Amino acid sequence: MSALTELASSLAGGKIRVVDLTHTLSPGFPAIALPPEMGQAWPFRIEEVSRYDERGPAWYWNNFSCGEHTGTHFDAPVHWISGKDLPNNAVDSIAPERFIGPAFVIDCSKEAAQNADFLLTVDHLKAWEKKHGRISPRSWVLMRTDWYKKWRDPVAFQNYDEEGQHTPGPQVDAVKFLVEERDVLGFGTETIGTDAGQAYHLRPPYPCHYYMHGAGRYGLQCLANLDQLPPTGAVVVAAPLKIENGSGSPLRVLALVESK
Amino acid sequence: MTTPLERPRRKNPILRTRQPTAPPAVRSRVALGLTAAAARGVFELQVCRDCGATQYPPREACRACLSERLAWKPQDGLGQLVSETMLHHSYELFFRERLPWRLGMVRLDCGPVLIAHLHGDVAPAPTRVKVHACLDKAGQAALFAAPEKETPNMADDKQLREMTCDPKFRKVLVTDTKTALGQALVKSLVEAGADLVWAGHAEPWKKFAGFDELKKLPQVSLLPLDVTDSKNVRELAAEIGGRVDILINNAEHHRTYGIANRPGVETARAEMDVNYFGLLRLAQEFGPAMRSRGADGQSSAVAWVNILSIYALTNFPPHGTFSASKAAAHSLAQCLRAEMRPGGVRVLNVYPGPIDDEWNQTLLPPKLSPAALARAVTQALKQGVEDLYPGDVAQEWLARWRDNPKALEREISV
Amino acid sequence: MTRRRAGYEGIAVAVPVTVPYVRYSIRGAHWWIGKAMAELCRRGRVRKEEIDGLCVASFTLTPDVAVGLTQHLGMTVRWLDHVPLGGGSAVVSLRRAARAVQSGDATIVACVAGDANHVDSFRLNTANFSLFARDAVYAYGSGGTYASFAFLTAHYMRKYGATREDFGKLCIAQRQNALKNPNALFKKPLTMEEYLNARPLATPVHLFDAVMPCAGADAFLVMRSEDAEARGLPWVRLLGTMERLNSFPQDPVQERGGWVLDRDELYAQAGVKPADMDFFQAYDDYPVINVMQIEDLGFCAKGEGPQFVRSHSFTYNGSFPFNTGGGQLSVGQAGAAGGHLGLVEAIRQLTGEYQGGAVKDAEVGLVSGFGMINYDRGLCCGAAILATGKRVP
Repeated sequence: MSALTELASSLAGGKIRVVDLTHTLSPGFPAIALPPEMGQAWPFRIEEVSRYDERGPAWYWNNFSCGEHTGTHFDAPVHWISGKDLPNNAVDSIAPERFIGPAFVIDCSKEAAQNADFLLTVDHLKAWEKKHGRISPRSWVLMRTDWYKKWRDPVAFQNYDEEGQHTPGPQVDAVKFLVEERDVLGFGTETIGTDAGQAYHLRPPYPCHYYMHGAGRYGLQCLANLDQLPPTGAVVVAAPLKIENGSGSPLRVLALVESK
Repeated sequence: MTTPLERPRRKNPILRTRQPTAPPAVRSRVALGLTAAAARGVFELQVCRDCGATQYPPREACRACLSERLAWKPQDGLGQLVSETMLHHSYELFFRERLPWRLGMVRLDCGPVLIAHLHGDVAPAPTRVKVHACLDKAGQAALFAAPEKETPNMADDKQLREMTCDPKFRKVLVTDTKTALGQALVKSLVEAGADLVWAGHAEPWKKFAGFDELKKLPQVSLLPLDVTDSKNVRELAAEIGGRVDILINNAEHHRTYGIANRPGVETARAEMDVNYFGLLRLAQEFGPAMRSRGADGQSSAVAWVNILSIYALTNFPPHGTFSASKAAAHSLAQCLRAEMRPGGVRVLNVYPGPIDDEWNQTLLPPKLSPAALARAVTQALKQGVEDLYPGDVAQEWLARWRDNPKALEREISV
Repeated sequence: MTRRRAGYEGIAVAVPVTVPYVRYSIRGAHWWIGKAMAELCRRGRVRKEEIDGLCVASFTLTPDVAVGLTQHLGMTVRWLDHVPLGGGSAVVSLRRAARAVQSGDATIVACVAGDANHVDSFRLNTANFSLFARDAVYAYGSGGTYASFAFLTAHYMRKYGATREDFGKLCIAQRQNALKNPNALFKKPLTMEEYLNARPLATPVHLFDAVMPCAGADAFLVMRSEDAEARGLPWVRLLGTMERLNSFPQDPVQERGGWVLDRDELYAQAGVKPADMDFFQAYDDYPVINVMQIEDLGFCAKGEGPQFVRSHSFTYNGSFPFNTGGGQLSVGQAGAAGGHLGLVEAIRQLTGEYQGGAVKDAEVGLVSGFGMINYDRGLCCGAAILATGKRVP
């Protein structure tokens, strides 16, 4: 049996199961908001074209609109100024084999529960590696915070106050470590951005975007169900839409996990 | 003595809802001059430019000197009630359903004799009266003779209420209460006696200033409402649409760009999506139920208010795309007015000059405070007008626009 | 000094025709007018082809005007007039026809008025009555003429002290007259109690102050007196006429009509005085207008109408025979034929072709027309004085 046929039969037989790491695209899903003077990403909107009615008697279909960065979505290197000149940096030019890769899930759920501004540091990563082993190259590092469970409560999910948004994310040193020392594929979070809510005030601002995309790596945001993944061993399929010169897109993120 | 209005009892849900009927609506073109002024709350009659004679009914040639140079001029409406009758019979459904109905014959101090609806507090003829030009349920000018001086509960007169859109004991939806204007509207409506104000707000995760004060008001019910989200609008209409008596759409997306100083269409599209399509969504979802409730008892559906902008009449290039979106909304609001008229629901379009808010921060005064605008809107509802140009800037722009729209176009684009 | 108007020497008015009134009828105005025309020919012993002049009044002929009737009824005429003056149409038709015959423009003129009445007719007519009514009256309560005359009645009562009993007396007398008229739609006597307690329409106008609209037609012929003689017809002389439109526009509320301006000349033209009248057929759409006509046509001074009413009796055999067939108030109002009703009754009284109570020895009578509440007052006032030419043997 070839590796692929074994994969197929494992899936059919339940030896390998699929965990959906994607939120449903709906108008109510929180969208990122920038300062009002700037251009804004569209939230998800959907308009019925017809529904077995005078507009189309035997069919139902919709038109929808959203930004490239709406809902569960993929960030390509061209999305950030630090990655704008790299080769193959848009969703339509990234080599497709990059869309599949192993995942290392860092559990920060307790820390995030206590501190909405929790920043994942190098020390945290090194402590995690002591327990679970070294993060291998060309893999996704996913920061589990259980933040996805707040998705029905936009107030809690966005978590704004007078100083802005408060959501967990990586510290500068952690990002640099993952890029320079571990050669990761990309970084994924359950929150609205790969960077922390207050990352504007880090140096440089938005370090995950800056360093990841600056090194030609990727981002995944608004992931769900990371708490169903093992710390190691899962394989993530994350293939964005092939938008001409696209900076990202909403996508279906699937994790293949071996059943116990 | 006018009996003061009492809070109506809850509607019996198993009874058929009375369908709206309207007074006769046909008028000649020249008579529509009366309606044009009444729409702004003004009583105007034709006055001959050559001999000064005031004319009524409206006509094509001066009744005194045959001149065709007749100009519409504001009137004070003062006059003498010379005869009256209490109608116990009518040929039209609207009046049949509202008998008995009091009518008066008034001789204005300026000369003409007119027939008017007569307020219950006016003493028997002969007596002094003041004639007002209201809009009736058909949306046409209706002359109304009332006492010269205000009487207690004057607005609660059964016949006068058919001309006005008083918020008292009514339920109101204000679509955007995140802004100072929205909150001022809520406050003003509560003070005017509204029973319930649904306070809509988009992006509820952005907690806004004034939120806590709004929550404290017992009449207020905060509801998520994003006028760019068809599903949200539809579901909200399904929940509360059958109870909304007055809908005030003040949802607005305002940026300060023309054409050349903002690349791309994203900002302009966002303005259109709220200012124009937002109105369209609301009108599609809330309109039909309101239209069918135009005669639904004392707290009937009675008004739809659109906060537009004086920039809808002539584009203000520094806020060029915003102006265009307001112009689109103005046109659609006229469409809405035509569609709501058969239900007797007044569409009140408000054209303020710059409001004293964050997006008009760099404009020089005079600017309209949200509180003043809210008061003007509430007053306009109580008066039953349909076109409101509140504040000094709006009034001046309107005067310039009516005088010579092309000159205004040049004046503000210099 | 106004130039003296020509008289009506040599003119005969004859053949009083009424097509019996019906409250509602599915027939259109053309049917009613056609019937009247046929009856004119029969009773007037003329062939349709001999009628070379036509004068028509009708509210419900639309979309036709008078010319449509010529083709509809198969008539070729050399003189045609359409008189849209409501209750003023009869006197005005008579004036037009008389001059046409005098000048030789026509030989025999048929003056006909007729109207249909369907269940919705009155509302439709009222809603589109005139530009001013549509712009400035009908939208205010849509009460129709009830409201318009309520204003006039209330004003008159307040200013001159008239009471509802005064008006009731006239209505009751007219009902008495109607009981003898087989054409009257009202068949029972009216008591003062019934009159006073009747339901209000627009205060102070109550049910029996208002006419009952109906379908019907009235007509007569105008020709030279020698032609009437040659045909052996009873006929009536025309002694004098007047018409006046939109008089006293400065009066805030109408309380007098154009008759005031022209009555002296009318009586002078006729060579008679008010006291010489053996009867008065007034236009009685509302009793207040009756009183106004009594004053304005010289029977008493303005404001003395109530006193006049209290001191006279108005049945056909009373001290002041008035609307001797019952008038519109008790017979019915067949649209524009309302004014023709009185003129036709006058011809009957003067020739002896009675259709109801007979005024004893009637030789001279007054007929008055009024109509067209274009806005807030009746614009058209007319009157004619007639005398016996030849009675039935």
